[in-house]
Amino acid sequence: MRLHEYQAKEVFADADIPTPSATLATTVEEVVDAAASIGYPVAIKAQVHVGGRGKAGGIKLAEDEPEAREAARDILGMDLKGYHVEKVLVEDAVDFTNELYVGVTMDRSEGRPVAMVSSKGGVNIEEVAAETPEAIAREHIDPAFGMHPYQARKAVYEAGIDRDIAGDVASILTTLYTIWDEKDASEAEINPLMVTGDDEVIAADAVLNIDDDALFRQPALAEMEDEAASDDLEAKANEYGFDYVRLSGNVGVIGNGAGLVMTTLDLVDYYDGEPANFLDIGGGAKAERVRNALDMVFADENVDAVVFNIFGGITRGDEVARGINEALGEFDELPKPVVVRLAGTNAAEGMEILNTDVVEVEETLEAAVQRAVERAQEVTA
Amino acid sequence: MSVLVDTDTRVIVQGITGGEGSFHTEQMIEYGTNVVAGAVPGRGGEEVHGVPVYDTVAGAVREEDADASVVFVPPAFAADAIFEALDTPLDLVVAITEGIPTQDMSGVYKRLGEVDTRLIGPNCPGIITPGASKLGILPGNIFAEGNVGLVSRSGTLTYQIVDNLTSRGIGQTTAIGIGGDPIIGTDFIDALELFEADPETDAVVMCGEIGGEDEEAAADYIAEHMDTPVAGFIAGRTAPPGKRMGHAGAIVSGEGTGTAASKIEALNDAGVPVGNTPEQVVEYVADFL
Repeated sequence: MRLHEYQAKEVFADADIPTPSATLATTVEEVVDAAASIGYPVAIKAQVHVGGRGKAGGIKLAEDEPEAREAARDILGMDLKGYHVEKVLVEDAVDFTNELYVGVTMDRSEGRPVAMVSSKGGVNIEEVAAETPEAIAREHIDPAFGMHPYQARKAVYEAGIDRDIAGDVASILTTLYTIWDEKDASEAEINPLMVTGDDEVIAADAVLNIDDDALFRQPALAEMEDEAASDDLEAKANEYGFDYVRLSGNVGVIGNGAGLVMTTLDLVDYYDGEPANFLDIGGGAKAERVRNALDMVFADENVDAVVFNIFGGITRGDEVARGINEALGEFDELPKPVVVRLAGTNAAEGMEILNTDVVEVEETLEAAVQRAVERAQEVTA
Repeated sequence: MSVLVDTDTRVIVQGITGGEGSFHTEQMIEYGTNVVAGAVPGRGGEEVHGVPVYDTVAGAVREEDADASVVFVPPAFAADAIFEALDTPLDLVVAITEGIPTQDMSGVYKRLGEVDTRLIGPNCPGIITPGASKLGILPGNIFAEGNVGLVSRSGTLTYQIVDNLTSRGIGQTTAIGIGGDPIIGTDFIDALELFEADPETDAVVMCGEIGGEDEEAAADYIAEHMDTPVAGFIAGRTAPPGKRMGHAGAIVSGEGTGTAASKIEALNDAGVPVGNTPEQVVEYVADFL
């Protein structure tokens, strides 16, 4: 679960990490009111899950009310790299002399957390890692002990952070690690951590991504899930309990097993189609789950055809077919063509059972994908 | 020769009284796996599908002289179940559970460095030596005895490739599902080492996906240490950056590390052909043999 900047900042502020005064706004009037209350100049920042918001026009500075209105009008409702902007954060603009980076993430190849500090803040940290890796100080953390205080100090000094603020930065890093640890985060980042002329440090941006698999034991964070969702479809997928990712194409994909579903998307592309989504329906194929999956895929207006690919292992193909038929029975009419392919245990029986008045069937994965791509192209033509 | 498990392997099932544990214990027994005990706290003395249940893993291992464990325990308790298994003389633990918090697995990973036990998984379908034994949920009926080794991060994608292989008359020595999580007990190199050392494995299929750099590391290993030919498949060519594609470990970072393209390039550079479709992988294998 990726929290929006404003949500992450709430968490950081609760832990006493300094953040600028800010108010969330969803209309131009709310932006103006917030700006007046905070005091100009303000930054108006789109709250969407993309990097490079600034360059894409999603962050603007306003020195007065007319500028705030103009910025609000530009940003609210804009399409920012495929995301629709519905909320902006109106924030006190920080007068900074320096920008730093602090972050904590899981180093998966080492199997343990790593804390990072760099004096090169305000830019893409992965670019820094690629071009000047020596500019990032890293401390790997023993998961049984947590971060030792000396590690925070060491990272800060080795990153060459100004000695006047070293203590404050180390303290913030320690707090950031505590947040990361206690909230089951995957990433926690402050980039930039701004330094003011008075040697104050303040979190000008905040990233807090939570391990989805840990939400069951993070009830306060789980409540933020709806607000954190990128769009209505993602929120719907959370509700249904599906692994779902929306893409931008017009061939809907439903399958069982993440690797197989990814492969199906890849094949859509291989056969010159454009996948609309990833949806893993998981094991078992009860009618309700099938219906919910079809619902999800059809809810995406971009979808022109669907490929439904199930490999039955322990779940038998004939059971899957019955589930699909029952789900189809709940639709008066399928809004778009659906091509089904069953494989594995009892696949042949399953394919026989499928209601071919309503769906098309293909025997191989390749043929099923090609057929769905054709159907999608017919619709657009 | 089988890699890691065979008819002699004495297996216990942690979580045997649960829905999944019970169902798959029956499936494993039917396949021929030597399931000797179950372990569920508070359920000691019961019997599931003729298998005696113990309160602790230590008790089960001691009384039944077990070598391996399969863990069917829900995510909230699974890491603890793995720790419990690692605290006994078991040779192998196979963790099926999907959804273990990554930070929990970080602790398990540290512990693995301190013991001799091998962990496979979590979030994996398990391991199977066709005709002999299976630990996990792989559907036995699609596998056949033969000379190809398989290592994969995926479940059903693996079954698809195995199905294609078996239909072609190409059987398998052992198939290892290493799982879809970011922190796992056995990685590609671990599995490839085992297959390289196995005289009966004449070719290997390696099935990877986006996220992390395990495939890239494996490519280096293959180039430097393997004579056995390897064919690859990488899922997730069309995955957008920053999105988890089902598996917790299947995510391309914001700046593009862990992409399918990077893995395919690394493998190709190591002389490993990578199929564009599952069927193409099988073609490569057929060519090797």
